[in-house]
Amino acid sequence: MNIHEYQAKKLMSDFGIGVSKGIMVTSVDEAIKAAKAIGGDRFVVKAQIHAGGRGKAGGVKLATSFVEVEQHAKNILGMNLVTYQTGPSGKIVKKLLVEQAIDIEHEYYVAIVLDRNSGKINMLCSSEGGVEIEKVAKETPEKIIKVVIDPSIGFSPFMARKLTYGIGLKSEEAIKDAMKTFEGLYKLYTTLDCSIAEINPLVLTKQQRVIALDAKINFDDNGLFRHPEINDLRDENEESASELEASTHGLSYISLDGNIGCLVNGAGLAMATMDIIKLHGGSPANFLDVGGGATKEAVKKGCSIILSDSNVKAILINIFGGIMRCDVVAEGVTEALKESNRKVPVVVRLEGTNVALGKKIMSESGLKIISANDLEDAAMKVVTVAKEKEEEK
Amino acid sequence: MSILVSRETKLITIGYTGKQGTFHSIQSRDYGTNFVGGVTPGKGGRIHEGHPVFNTVHTAVNKTGANAAMIFVPPAAAADSILECIDSEIPLIVCITEGIPVQDMIKVKDVLKKSTSSSRLIGPNCPGIITPGECKIGIMPGHIHMPGKVGVISRSGTLTYEAVYQLTKREIGQSTCIGIGGDPIIGMNFIDLLDLFEKDPGTESVIMIGEIGGNAETEAAHWIKNHMTKPVVSFIAGASAPTGKRMGHAGAIISGGNDTADSKFKILEDCGVNVVRSPARLGEVMEKLLK
Repeated sequence: MNIHEYQAKKLMSDFGIGVSKGIMVTSVDEAIKAAKAIGGDRFVVKAQIHAGGRGKAGGVKLATSFVEVEQHAKNILGMNLVTYQTGPSGKIVKKLLVEQAIDIEHEYYVAIVLDRNSGKINMLCSSEGGVEIEKVAKETPEKIIKVVIDPSIGFSPFMARKLTYGIGLKSEEAIKDAMKTFEGLYKLYTTLDCSIAEINPLVLTKQQRVIALDAKINFDDNGLFRHPEINDLRDENEESASELEASTHGLSYISLDGNIGCLVNGAGLAMATMDIIKLHGGSPANFLDVGGGATKEAVKKGCSIILSDSNVKAILINIFGGIMRCDVVAEGVTEALKESNRKVPVVVRLEGTNVALGKKIMSESGLKIISANDLEDAAMKVVTVAKEKEEEK
Repeated sequence: MSILVSRETKLITIGYTGKQGTFHSIQSRDYGTNFVGGVTPGKGGRIHEGHPVFNTVHTAVNKTGANAAMIFVPPAAAADSILECIDSEIPLIVCITEGIPVQDMIKVKDVLKKSTSSSRLIGPNCPGIITPGECKIGIMPGHIHMPGKVGVISRSGTLTYEAVYQLTKREIGQSTCIGIGGDPIIGMNFIDLLDLFEKDPGTESVIMIGEIGGNAETEAAHWIKNHMTKPVVSFIAGASAPTGKRMGHAGAIISGGNDTADSKFKILEDCGVNVVRSPARLGEVMEKLLK
């Protein structure tokens, strides 16, 4: 799960990390009021969307007066921000963060990530902040300092020292701030079941303080049951409505830009099904894993979600029934198709428990269901019918 | 011959009396697995579906002589169950549970590495392990398998069944099939299992099915190049997946760089692995290779 910058900063501040004074607003009036409440004469107006690259896309502006705060708030609120992380359709800005501007002396980078190979979390720090860390890793890897954290010991003070002195901080005050930042970030990451915690940039101010100028936190979905207060930070506006609906039914759905809907049991097989559609010249409209033990209702819901995507010209249902019974799948599919007013051709490949019964239910339903013998046959058939449907128009 | 499980395996289920635990324990028993009982705290002393129930893993092991455990405990308590099995020195732990927090698995992995226990872990979030005709531990459909000499290792569940099905349809049997799980932190990895297959006289070739995300397949590719004499056929799922989106499995997410399907295909090819770009051709390519 992802949260906004303003929410991440609040959490970081709770864990002793310095952040600049800021207020989240949803209107131009509120933005001006916020600037007045913060005080001073230089502000930053920042678009709050769940994506990076906001600055380059025009979603972050410096204001040197209340009038400029007003202008920027007017421009950014409601704008469709397209960054390298939003995809071509972009995201509408509904929230702003108005912050006190900072006099920056230097920008750094710090993040905690999981190293899957060692099974340990690593803290990474670099004296090159404000740029993409992947670029630093490629071009000047010597500028990245890493500490590997032993799970049974946790974050040791020497690690904070290694990072703090390693990035070249000198003044007593800055060193103290940085040590607190690194320790706080580790505590936050482990206490709240994060999957990513990143500050880019972490800045040294002209006043020799260290603060988080930006903040990104992702949470491990599997750990959310321990943190209902984090779950409350979810911004449903930032998530696709259909993906959200699917997740409430225990389905894993991701919308893509093709025209062939896919309904599959199991994540690996779902990906493989999308891959083979692409290999045969088609384009998948979605990833949908109904899970190993999906019920008739879940399959039905999955079908309805696929049908609600108007780009979908054909559907491929690929079920390898391990735990799942094919007749249950067939009932869910036929019910969803009957209730929909859309006439979309469906190719079905069923394998496993009660497969004969499943096929019987489909063929007796009176619906246009094309039966496929195996994965390859199914992919070829669905790509063909999708093309025919596309040409009909 | 086979790896890890055989007729000698004595299985207990942790979380035995729950719905899933009961169903799959009985399925495994009916397949022919030597199932000897289960654990559900608070229900010790009872007989459930004809098998004894114990309160702790220690007692279950002492009374039954079990050498393998299958875990069906819900996510919040599953890591604790794995730790209990490690503490009881059960040689093979298979954790089926999906949804265990990564922070919990970090601790489990640490204990596995540092403890003197001989336990090995498969999973979590996996279909389990099967030696066709001898022993099934997990949720896979037993009937699609047939005994033979191809080892199968996969990060996925149903995609593994697909591969096995393609083999069996061509009358190519399997020595042992293992789903290692789709989470970021798992017990045994590709290399651990490739090593066992390489040493197993009953295995002649291996199918390895990977996914986008992480670099387990890349590491395995290099290991194969340097240590493996038996042929390996490999497919990577997720060539059509977009960057930054989690494709069902927590581990299946492209974070940028070398974890895309294409870069994994390339490295595998460079390391002499027989790469299959269509998931429908796994059986066909293996058949050609064996001729």
